[in-house]
Amino acid sequence: MASSTYKLTIPSSTRYLEDVRRFIETHTVEAGFNTQSVEQFKVAVDEACTNVIKHAYSGEDSHELNIKVIVDSDRFTVCIRDKGVAFRPKEYNEPDIFELAKRRQAGGFGVHIMRRLMDHVEYSSQGKVNEVRLTKYLNSHVKNGR
Amino acid sequence: MSNFSVGFRSLQSVNVLDLKGELDAHTASELEAAIKKCQDDSIYQIVVNGANLNYISSAGLGVFMAYIEDLRSKGGDIKIAALQPKVFNVFDLLGFPMLFDIVDTEEEAIEKFDAQQTAE
Repeated sequence: MASSTYKLTIPSSTRYLEDVRRFIETHTVEAGFNTQSVEQFKVAVDEACTNVIKHAYSGEDSHELNIKVIVDSDRFTVCIRDKGVAFRPKEYNEPDIFELAKRRQAGGFGVHIMRRLMDHVEYSSQGKVNEVRLTKYLNSHVKNGR
Repeated sequence: MSNFSVGFRSLQSVNVLDLKGELDAHTASELEAAIKKCQDDSIYQIVVNGANLNYISSAGLGVFMAYIEDLRSKGGDIKIAALQPKVFNVFDLLGFPMLFDIVDTEEEAIEKFDAQQTAE
């Protein structure tokens, strides 16, 4: 099966996260993922986009995020690209919710959620472009045994 | 327009927040404002009814994290009730059931507050 690609570009504002979730829902359902996996993709991609908006672009809404869905016969990949400050996964510590609550800290667990929900999460940077790739393999997540 | 809203209901010393729609990094500020309003009104016992909450991301969870210690230090708490399974799954991913009382029904959450007060 040849791979199919779908693209969505949004301004770097949280008001468009809902559009991203609808876009992901449409294509994960079309690819045959079960309801649980569809929800997992929506949350993981939302977390990735939220991190780009809040951290790579520091909340400035004048930039863009490019979201690309690639459907292959054995996997479903979402690539999110930005031109902001690159994320350094090696500097990320797994969150301790008791510690965060003590510090009244409202964030810092998006990456943890992405890693838990996806089969594979990969960060890369080339020149000014950063990319995060979220992948789930189709075999164990499809309905009707496709 | 945001597809998230918070309704307030007052039941004696407990304030019930009815969450509706999708809670993400865009709408989390509305939940934050609702919890702040409870604090401003000196109501520290909060039940969050999630029956009509269709979605949550970590930004929504973060609001609960940011306020729980302050509310508990005032003798209050946030108890979370009636979550849809897909929303509960996100709470569960981060181990929230260890930090928060998450129960099946609003009545159960209110009973937990009542039991706490009787014990005090």
